[in-house]
Amino acid sequence: MTATRRLTDTFVLVLITLAVWQVLHRIAGSTALPAPLPTMSYLMRNVTTARFASNAATTALSFFFALLLAYGIGLGFGIWMGAHRLSGAVGEPILVAFYSLPKIVLYPVVLLIFGLGISGKVAFGALHGFLPVALLTMGAIRAIPPVYLRSARTLRLTPWQTITTVLLPAALPEVFTGLRIGFSVTLLGVLLGEMFASKAGLGAMIMTDMSLAQSEDMVTVAILLFVFAALANAVLLWIEHRLHRRV
Amino acid sequence: MTRVGWLRVAVIVALIGALELACRSGLINHQTVIPPSEMAGALWALLASGSLNADIERTLGMIALVIALSILLGFIAGIALHALPRVRQALEPFFATYYAVPIFIFYPVLIAIFGLSVMPIVLIGVATAVVAMIIATLNGLDRVPGVLGKVARVHRLGPIRTAVTLQLPAAAPYLFTGVKLSVSYGFIAVIAAEFILSPAGLGRDIADAYADFNNRRMYALILFLLIVATVVNAALHALDMSFAERRRGGRP
Amino acid sequence: MEREVHARLAAVTRVYRAAANHPPVHALGPVDLDLRKGEFFAVVGPSGCGKSTFLEVLAGLQPPTAGTVTFEGKAVNGEVADGIGVVFQEDASFPWLTVWDNAAFGLRRNGVAAAEIRRRVDDALAFMGLKDFARAYPSQLSGGMRQRVCIARTLVLQPRLILLDEPFGALDAQTRLLMGDEVLRLWRRTGATILLITHALDEAAMLADRVGAMSARPGRFIDIIDTGWPRERDSTIVAEAAFGEITGRLWERLRGESLKALGHSGVNAAAAE
Repeated sequence: MTATRRLTDTFVLVLITLAVWQVLHRIAGSTALPAPLPTMSYLMRNVTTARFASNAATTALSFFFALLLAYGIGLGFGIWMGAHRLSGAVGEPILVAFYSLPKIVLYPVVLLIFGLGISGKVAFGALHGFLPVALLTMGAIRAIPPVYLRSARTLRLTPWQTITTVLLPAALPEVFTGLRIGFSVTLLGVLLGEMFASKAGLGAMIMTDMSLAQSEDMVTVAILLFVFAALANAVLLWIEHRLHRRV
Repeated sequence: MTRVGWLRVAVIVALIGALELACRSGLINHQTVIPPSEMAGALWALLASGSLNADIERTLGMIALVIALSILLGFIAGIALHALPRVRQALEPFFATYYAVPIFIFYPVLIAIFGLSVMPIVLIGVATAVVAMIIATLNGLDRVPGVLGKVARVHRLGPIRTAVTLQLPAAAPYLFTGVKLSVSYGFIAVIAAEFILSPAGLGRDIADAYADFNNRRMYALILFLLIVATVVNAALHALDMSFAERRRGGRP
Repeated sequence: MEREVHARLAAVTRVYRAAANHPPVHALGPVDLDLRKGEFFAVVGPSGCGKSTFLEVLAGLQPPTAGTVTFEGKAVNGEVADGIGVVFQEDASFPWLTVWDNAAFGLRRNGVAAAEIRRRVDDALAFMGLKDFARAYPSQLSGGMRQRVCIARTLVLQPRLILLDEPFGALDAQTRLLMGDEVLRLWRRTGATILLITHALDEAAMLADRVGAMSARPGRFIDIIDTGWPRERDSTIVAEAAFGEITGRLWERLRGESLKALGHSGVNAAAAE
């Protein structure tokens, strides 16, 4: 009974959202905010256009490399600061402070250093993404119960065995949370980068649409990005729950 | 300050010092990054001249407005949702996914609707910050111990007195976390919006300075925003930590 | 009957070095003890007296600051020797492995043949009463059962010296008595030397061949009592008169130490009230 109730509730919510959208469309006008139904049909057509495909590919490429960097740097920092007490104690507040800053103000610096091409977006995305990965990895390692390490020693494991068979599995759930959050944050960083002084990528495409008053295109691209991010997050969350269930 | 605190100061000073040296020695191109001392000097000159005051007022004013609105609306919405568990449950997946999605990408759509004015900036700012406050409010209200309600009935307190004297203080530490997050999201969203596209404001100034190759002005402005944001966030964080004791119930 | 010495501590002390927020801590010693092969030795003392430190130094988890530790004739210093098994106070079961995999964990790393692993693990789980839970995860089990998983993990390695650090601390009194019977079964079956750390006088008095009463910090043995129990014993010996005498003697020795651990200045303060 609760399952069907939940479903109907969600359905009602979706209907309400669409109704509000329709009302806003009436108020704002077609050029500003297209109506829901035309937008849906446009969405189907848009996805197959060459313009969309090439911009999506650009964003995907930047995102992929930014994510690799963010994960690599984040894990590196996280493991070091988690294992080395003093570095962790000194560095954590610095990272936390950096996390809450409006990093957009550093984008011009990133552009000056890395140039206007793909490297700028990759660097900016990684700048956003490495922080949650580092902070959560550090937390995960610190949270490993000391008795695990003592057990590893009484079982006479080699350092390598201790790391791979005890420390890694013990830290994995929380590290994965960092990777999941890093995923969304890196995507945001890349898109932000594309919205400023860029000619390629979905972020740039939205800005162009805005200046050309192509609101249908704008809204559909935004929706597609939302759906992508939401789905990816759902998948990662599912994996995360499987990892956490055994802890 | 503790030993770790001094070490941290030393690390930060060392990093800034290294940057200074690298810039002055020519290791870093003057076209790319200017020495921190020059940044500070340029900022001082700008502030002293008063030419920045209008933009400072505008940007900080908008941030303050966004924060105030987010906290107020978020708090009220949180209370309302807490009283309507079925609606809350239906919205749960929405809240869970909200910050995984690049909400900011909607900013250009808002500009298309409202034109290039303060409205889109305020709206995107509130949209970004309000959900954090809603979640924190729900969290805080969840964690009000059930026994407090019974205590209130034993003392025959009315609903308003119960809310104000018992539930609010019990939920306060969690509410404060929401405030802290709203502030930091408010800064991030408003400045990003000004930077990407805005008629005026410090974010717009930085974008203009970048386009004009005016590094001194650009770095001075960047420094200013970084300092303001860091100081405000740090102060709130310190306050939040003092609440953390209460959140854990005094347990270490 | 003089049995051979299995492990020996000679003039062992352990001092924790000073750190940023505390001066050096003289936690243990000097301690002298000869553990006889196959005996059941219990160490009992007030909280914080250094019992756990004693166990860890003996196991090789911590190096002694002074003195020597030998196990089967070889020196022990900062590294855990082959043949020693330890069951800790905290839950050391790995939540990401099933009960079966937890038990098999130590064996897998040691290059033991798969068939032998299966035999030993099935055997140990059956002995500990966990056969029906082999496929379960520790998070699905109670605290007591998780401790049994840890004991099984130690058992499969067939240790000759088993160290137990307050393994039943978190359990209620009746369960503790039953677990005590389990440990005695374990002892008789493996023939290993057992060292049990506990703060419970009755537990020590009931289980051990010899009981070492440890003073408040820095921990030293103020008495070692021979219980004289027969090997085939169980928790029903709590009814014997000798049990009351042994427990009484232990408390006589330890009452003052416990008060010291609580912060009072010795027996006189208590006598005055």
